[in-house]
Amino acid sequence: MTKKMNLFRGSSDYVVSDELMHAVNVAIALQKPLLIKGEPGTGKTMLAESISQALNKRLIIWNIKSTTKAQEGLYVYDTVQRLYDSQFGEGNVADIKKYIKLGRLGEAFTADEQAVLLIDEIDKADLEFPNDLLWELDKMEFYINETKETVKTIHRPIVIITSNAEKELPDAFLRRCIFHYIEFPDQEKMEEIVKVHYGDVDNKLLKQAMEAFYGIRGMKEIQKKPSTSELLDWLQALMLSGISIDKIKKEIPYVGVLLKKNQDIDTMYEIKEKGYTLKRWI
Amino acid sequence: MFISFFYYLRARGLKVSLDEWLSLIEALDKGLCKASLLEFYHLCRSILVKSETEYDKFDLAFAEFFKNIKTPEDIPDEIWEWLNSDIRTRDINDKVMFDSFVLELEELQKRLQERIAEQKERHDGGNYWIGTGGTSTMGNSGFNERGIRVGGDGRHKNAVQVAGERNFKDFRQDNILNIRQFQMALRKLRQFSSRLDGAKTELDIDATIDETCEHAGNLHIVWEKPRKNTVKLLLLFDSDGSMMPYSTLCNQLFQAVSKSNHFKDLKVYYFHNCIYEHLYTSPYCIRGEWIDTEWVLSNLSSEYKVIFIGDAAMAPSELMSRGGNCYVGLYNEMPGIEWLMRFKKKYPKHIWLNPIPESEWEYTYGYITIEKIKEIFPMFELTIDGLEAGIKKLLVSR
Repeated sequence: MTKKMNLFRGSSDYVVSDELMHAVNVAIALQKPLLIKGEPGTGKTMLAESISQALNKRLIIWNIKSTTKAQEGLYVYDTVQRLYDSQFGEGNVADIKKYIKLGRLGEAFTADEQAVLLIDEIDKADLEFPNDLLWELDKMEFYINETKETVKTIHRPIVIITSNAEKELPDAFLRRCIFHYIEFPDQEKMEEIVKVHYGDVDNKLLKQAMEAFYGIRGMKEIQKKPSTSELLDWLQALMLSGISIDKIKKEIPYVGVLLKKNQDIDTMYEIKEKGYTLKRWI
Repeated sequence: MFISFFYYLRARGLKVSLDEWLSLIEALDKGLCKASLLEFYHLCRSILVKSETEYDKFDLAFAEFFKNIKTPEDIPDEIWEWLNSDIRTRDINDKVMFDSFVLELEELQKRLQERIAEQKERHDGGNYWIGTGGTSTMGNSGFNERGIRVGGDGRHKNAVQVAGERNFKDFRQDNILNIRQFQMALRKLRQFSSRLDGAKTELDIDATIDETCEHAGNLHIVWEKPRKNTVKLLLLFDSDGSMMPYSTLCNQLFQAVSKSNHFKDLKVYYFHNCIYEHLYTSPYCIRGEWIDTEWVLSNLSSEYKVIFIGDAAMAPSELMSRGGNCYVGLYNEMPGIEWLMRFKKKYPKHIWLNPIPESEWEYTYGYITIEKIKEIFPMFELTIDGLEAGIKKLLVSR
């Protein structure tokens, strides 16, 4: 089986869980886009880089913003340039192709060898955005109106799509994807991650900090839960300040590093003190 | 046999489509799942389930459907030991048959018990005894398509146990209304106009042609402003007290509205039961965290469309009398109903969304005030249909 060559097993600087690895391989084998969801800071974007590295394929990144239109990913027809060129008699205006610029998606479709296409943060775009890409992602081809040409893919790219769940995606789109939700790392795994960053962290401090951190994450009323990057920052602050270890769990020093909303900080202290809160709204 | 799993999932409320099912079959054909239930579980989940909120439902269904396929617990320690060390590896066996092994399970389990009684020593790579790397139906790291995995592989969980753990319980949303549906409904609340300020970024083809002709064929490009939504929205939420049971629903509407970035302006205030001198700026309705209602009325122009969200159920005095404000220590000179009338007069586009189902409006607690408020504002239930009907009402020109 030639497929065996394409098995993704993670790369040196990115640790994947078995489940995620499996999901990636399923997506590659079935030639369907892989939709990755998960909290910020769980390494969604890194995954595509890791795949491109491990399989030695070119990585094409399409960053989605709130104003991005599906069309831009396919191609852009530069009307104005063509008009100007016709005015000043520059270049061959009859050659429409010259004014068609392929977008990231178009680039991935026409690449000489299989590429890895990362559509990053698809939920940032307009609600209808995913629906506009259904056909293109399904058939991996699109039609250029101006030149009456169909751009067909030579090697179906490996498509990785990430979402922060800011907007819910339409069902029709979801049906065409392989889905994987990256769980927030549990305490054991988190310790591994921390050790990768700060090898020399004091074990007692780490233990206390982790307990406090997971305690805060466990509070349902908190809106913006602290993630890996906040924990790392917090640990650094704790290490630099040399604060006494007993105080960490009791007082949560430098709480501003962990929680970014005033309301969350209040809620957290209220729960710590009373064990409950009545603030249930929003 | 296998297709029944598909219907089982659907019966459990997972919206598995035929497309996805065929993808799963294709994946099995391609050998993406070596006969391990845990891999099968992950494969099914990644292809069939498309939201972490559905993971729990899937876990439950999976655990229930495959509940008989548990690795038997009562394996003698000695056998565990043989199994957990020195696992032989062999090339990938791409022959996968999945659909029939469940049928034989009972028989297999029976045989396993017999074999445990029979077996006296370690066996690896064979085809009969319990061991590793072999083709026997029992053991681990083996290559029989149909068999019982007995421990091994470093992970001591099998799929049913993993599914049984229900790690995704927290994500579950049983309420069917989701934010997207609200957002889609709110989308309809728009009125386009290109008379707004903003950069001219769109090529105006007609004007370009005209201008170019005017200039005897000398190219003159004309840009125009893109059309933008002009809708300004004022949301007034009833919060706390009798609204508590509906807080999740209101929360979803709130999130949908605040995530909809197509409004020109959006103002949100809160009130407790009825509107008096003050509108609160936070949903906790804390005394002092407020602005004057008068300020809102005089500063927000009448082009704002107003949506009240509240159950409209209160003691009649709270609506009709002076000093009806139910907060102790707050006295209102003007009855609540007068304030509501002022909103109605100032903002010609207004609706009231009520989380209480319409069928109960006539007899539920607070039916008197519901009736009164319904006379002032067009009232709709807070459902997708109600919201859509309400938005239509906000958009009609009259």
